[in-house]
Amino acid sequence: MKRIGVFVCHCGINIAATVDVEKVVEEVRRYPGVAHAEHYQYMCSDPGQKLVQEAIDKHKLDGVIVAACSPTLHEVTFRRASENAGLNPYQCEIANIREQCSWVHADRGAATRKAIRIIESLVEKVKYDESLTPLSVPLTKRAMVVGGGVAGIQAALDVANSGYEVLLVEKQPSIGGHMAQLSETFPTLDCSQCILTPKMVEAGQHKNIRLLTYSEVEEISGYVGNFTVKIRKKAAYVNWDACTGCGVCTEKCPKKVDSEFNCNMGSRGAIYTMFPQAVPNYPVIDRDNCLYFTKGRCRICEKVCDLKAIDYEQKDEVVEEQVGAIVVATGYDTLPLDQLGEYGYGKLPDVIDGMAFERLLSASGPTGGEIRRPSDGKVPKEIVFVQCAGSRDPEKHLPYCSKICCMYTAKHALLYKHRVHDGQPYVFYIDVRTGGKSYEEFYHRVSEEEGVVYIRGKVSRVFQDGDQLIVWGVDTLTGKKVEIAADLVVLATGMIPSAGSQALFSTLKLASDENGFLSEAHPKLRPVESIQAGFYLAGAAQGPRDIPETVAQASGAASKVIALFSQEKLFHEPIVACVDEDLCSGCKVCISACPYDAREFDEKEGIVRVNELLCEGCGACVVSCPSGATQQKNLTDEQIREMVKASLGE
Amino acid sequence: MFEPKIVCFLCKWCTYAGADLAGTSRLEYAPNGVNIRFMCSSRLDPEHILWAFQRGADGVFVGGCHPGDCHYQDGNYKTLRRMELFRRVLKQFGLNDRRLRLEWVSAAEGKRFAEVMDEFTEQVRALGPLQLGSGKGGQHVGSAKKSS
Repeated sequence: MKRIGVFVCHCGINIAATVDVEKVVEEVRRYPGVAHAEHYQYMCSDPGQKLVQEAIDKHKLDGVIVAACSPTLHEVTFRRASENAGLNPYQCEIANIREQCSWVHADRGAATRKAIRIIESLVEKVKYDESLTPLSVPLTKRAMVVGGGVAGIQAALDVANSGYEVLLVEKQPSIGGHMAQLSETFPTLDCSQCILTPKMVEAGQHKNIRLLTYSEVEEISGYVGNFTVKIRKKAAYVNWDACTGCGVCTEKCPKKVDSEFNCNMGSRGAIYTMFPQAVPNYPVIDRDNCLYFTKGRCRICEKVCDLKAIDYEQKDEVVEEQVGAIVVATGYDTLPLDQLGEYGYGKLPDVIDGMAFERLLSASGPTGGEIRRPSDGKVPKEIVFVQCAGSRDPEKHLPYCSKICCMYTAKHALLYKHRVHDGQPYVFYIDVRTGGKSYEEFYHRVSEEEGVVYIRGKVSRVFQDGDQLIVWGVDTLTGKKVEIAADLVVLATGMIPSAGSQALFSTLKLASDENGFLSEAHPKLRPVESIQAGFYLAGAAQGPRDIPETVAQASGAASKVIALFSQEKLFHEPIVACVDEDLCSGCKVCISACPYDAREFDEKEGIVRVNELLCEGCGACVVSCPSGATQQKNLTDEQIREMVKASLGE
Repeated sequence: MFEPKIVCFLCKWCTYAGADLAGTSRLEYAPNGVNIRFMCSSRLDPEHILWAFQRGADGVFVGGCHPGDCHYQDGNYKTLRRMELFRRVLKQFGLNDRRLRLEWVSAAEGKRFAEVMDEFTEQVRALGPLQLGSGKGGQHVGSAKKSS
């Protein structure tokens, strides 16, 4: 029988305050198979690990259980420590008596009893654990970045500059993302496009980056180091290989459609490029609005194109690519106005959101940078900015703070004041949050030196009165009601995960949080990785953030990819399925249960074998096997039966 | 008061991580369940549930990822189908199938994990002790298949 050592961690008082560690040691010491048990204040510390290693040697242990925090934290630590003491790392298991015991129970007796059962069930597991060796697998040193905003661009550039190939996939016709829509950026007032377009051009021309714009990821299979992805390149109805981006077709198109890039304030043709600096700078035909596609006649773009680049017969194309790592940078959208009843459900033309105001401020926007309101083109003299529009409102809208709205509103008010000198901006706010380098100073400049009136309170209603908007609010500092007759109202709406990202996360099997943002592997210590190996996160897809943070995170994600690619081979968990050849009847039921095609029928022997490199160790096949020939390594039915028994204190 | 014994089979990616989040968030809940970590809920053989009942469990909890979120593509759908079939078997054995609970709890749902644990504990407490392991009517719950 194995000689098992149990090491109970106090975790300071995190465990010891609720679980009687001495009693635990005393009890488990008597459990069959346990040759040694002790407790220590911080098992993960150097002396703690040394204690485990010395005990392995001294007590001739061939199995180790560390009863401490969740295995997601220190399983690696203790398996490595065990390995260094000459034990196979798969002979070491973690009993989770912190997250799943001491932190969630108050009664000391009950928590202690539960801790004992958790440990004893793992003693049973270790008794049957086999010594395993990780399987080594080859690695495709090529990355895919999904999302071509500033996060995706930065990540792609960093990986590409390290010498690895990158596929940059963007669903829109051009890369650039929301940052390309912004006018100036806070707090430095850099022109957003001026600082972004050099990066866009660099990404577009980089020898290691392949742009796949107007494309979406459709399917994925494989695992870290070896993914196969299917990407749908949507039909642009323009042959981009022939097109030079001269722009004649877009000018001559007779159809006018609201421009999404300009937040529906200007128009574009049915054949269009998103914006003048688009990368790649080729047009696409919007099939739903094109006169030829909808009514069967027009074809003007075809006639004016000397290069014969228009191709109405073009079809979507699905390309298959091999990549080793994936960076997800699908970004954000802002909360749609039609959800905000108190501000007119998006039906009042002069109630716009912050993104639309960016377009009004932008030199490339629908008004050429003049602030003119959408309804009649009048320059607004009284303007109300409403912060936290739909944010920090768990009952009705978004429970969270989007972090950027206070700052972009301050910027908007300042830029407005600089362009309309006799205008009066008002800002309604709950709090002003300015966490960031030079942010507080910027806010002070706006609120104290630029003549912007900040009113602490919320707006209860906005409604049309003649050609003005009446804003009802409250000043919570004076306790008085406030009414402002405004020409334009700008709502600082918060960030939500970008449209369609949820479906993509589903396709990629990535976990997201309750607000739909991507979940990171650890909120503090692994913020740029997904718990899914081989996936890295960048930008607002993971949660609201500003540009500097987005870029930093994108570089962080890229460095993780580069670190992965610096390895010659990857190691694959050996917790895979195996087949007892004497029991296998060759019924093939397991083949259909396997989601990874890891099972092959051996015609000659009449049995099914497992391709261990493809097996991900889910265990579904084990259950499907009617003869009990299939087991999962280190999680066999025998182990489960004994674990169940021990967990019940039997 | 009767303290039910509950065995919880949790998938590593969602429910086990949700249970960890409940811990990190210091959410208190009933200490009756002991968790057994699987890679995927589809590793769970209905037989494991029978073993638990045979060995003295009053309730069995199975936690997996929400539909569409399975780390292994569709393991949770396999679990769902197996559980639905198995409920019928349980009833044929004369067991109240309210002693078996399948829930999808994501890694972000620490609060829900705590709530479900409390709820299920109370549900099983109300049903009373099963006492299959004690020999009271438990003998006929034999091994459903494999001899191992």
